[in-house]
Amino acid sequence: MLQSRFKMPSHDELVKRMDAIPDHVLRECPICHAKFLSMRLGRDHTCPKCGYGFRILAKRRVKITFDKFTEIDQNVTVPDRYTDEKYRAKIAKAKKVTGLNESVLTGIGSLNKQQVAVGIMDPFWIMGSLGSATGEKITRLFELATRKDLPVVMFTSSGGARMQEGLHSLMQMAKVSSAVAEHSAAGLLYIVVLCDPTTGGVTASFAMDGDIILAEPHALVGFAGRRVIEQTIMQTPPKDFQSAETVMKHGFIDQIVKRSDMKKTLTQLLRLHTKENAYG
Amino acid sequence: MVNKTAYQRVQGARRKDKISTAELIHGLTTDFFELHGDRLEADDHALIGGVGLLNNRPITVVGIQKGADTDENIDRHFGSPTPQGYRKALRLMKQAEKFHRPILALVNTPGAWPDVESEYHGQGSAVAQCIIQGMQLKVPYISIIVGEGGSGGALALACGDRVLMFEDSIYSVLSPEGYASIMWKDSSKVQQAAEELGLTPESLLKDGIINQIIHEYKPGDDLSDLRDFLDQQFTELENLPMSELIEQRQRRFRNY
Repeated sequence: MLQSRFKMPSHDELVKRMDAIPDHVLRECPICHAKFLSMRLGRDHTCPKCGYGFRILAKRRVKITFDKFTEIDQNVTVPDRYTDEKYRAKIAKAKKVTGLNESVLTGIGSLNKQQVAVGIMDPFWIMGSLGSATGEKITRLFELATRKDLPVVMFTSSGGARMQEGLHSLMQMAKVSSAVAEHSAAGLLYIVVLCDPTTGGVTASFAMDGDIILAEPHALVGFAGRRVIEQTIMQTPPKDFQSAETVMKHGFIDQIVKRSDMKKTLTQLLRLHTKENAYG
Repeated sequence: MVNKTAYQRVQGARRKDKISTAELIHGLTTDFFELHGDRLEADDHALIGGVGLLNNRPITVVGIQKGADTDENIDRHFGSPTPQGYRKALRLMKQAEKFHRPILALVNTPGAWPDVESEYHGQGSAVAQCIIQGMQLKVPYISIIVGEGGSGGALALACGDRVLMFEDSIYSVLSPEGYASIMWKDSSKVQQAAEELGLTPESLLKDGIINQIIHEYKPGDDLSDLRDFLDQQFTELENLPMSELIEQRQRRFRNY
């Protein structure tokens, strides 16, 4: 009797009901495919089931990670010599979405009163791609940190070199690396946090140069993209071949840290590297 | 130098009968002794290197070698080094520094080898180490883009004091085919892609990315003028005080 009154709605009916739910109410995790109410994303924007850290704006990350933050070089942006209309339109859109003039936010932050130079790449700024001005901002950040005797924490999130800027974008890999080397030679700490996604030229330069390399759970970390591998050598990579967990298993990541623990972890690492306690 | 379109340069860079890295080593050096392996796990045949004399000056050569036929190309994975290849290159470059030998790097690669194993062995990390440590080497370091200079896989061996390009060579952030497929979802627009990427020696010289263009040599050609030219370049660099050498190199990249 009851069965007939409460029978399973038809497929069409279910689709109709699902469609009636506004898009922003439900979220699906791209990693574990759990569906949950958006409000459960919380302040840290992570999947309540698997801990995946959703891609977030650099400005949001700075708020949830640091006690204080003073931005530097905020007006550094794409050089005027790039005039291509389609590229210019992408730049305008990226600026509007992120509130940044380039794909990285840089500045001086503090964690439990410890000062640190901070760089945060923004995955919503043309895929966090490495343009000339991105490289310039990161280079200046390392130069400033070297002058001021500060550690650097760099959150990477990037599709790699920015093809619209040709070889100049490739040269940023070398330019930034040189500044990283000087910072390192001064005995200063460099911590990388690999965020989803970190690929291409960023992986092949400063993302892999840290003294300590952390990653967020399930972040995609790799050099060649899946499609490039499939199309160039006709090989089908396994599902998780570039997940942070796989990369850690192969020895390229020190620890995977949940976003909700990031502040605590960074504070601890900075404290472990304070010079007062160092030998010699 | 003949005027050619960007796409003609792409074709020239990929030409089958182009002088190879091994032929260049043979023609430029005497007493060359090849060194193998990364001292960790493997010997990548895409990356060759060793010690030889260039006009009686001991130098270290590292270079990327494509195959002459299909079998050799499979063995050398089409001139795309694996992480083991880049680690071998870095090992030889550090060895050059120990023995105060200048370094000649010969680049001819479509890019670092894109396969799953290379990802597992840290392709990104291997390239990154070549770049960051290469820039600090306390010996003169000259690179020649022989044919293809594909992206990070080429930059790994081009972080030194001078970057030269052969007339028929290209140096680009990604392949024109890749650019066309991303920009227009149409890989047939390679000609336009080649133009927009600005990958020719002429445009890179104008942009200040490379130092000089070298004319083409065919396999078997006498290379003595190129040998003398490199010899003179090494002498110039060797005459600089060490701090000045490193500073000039860093300034070169700082300006990009």
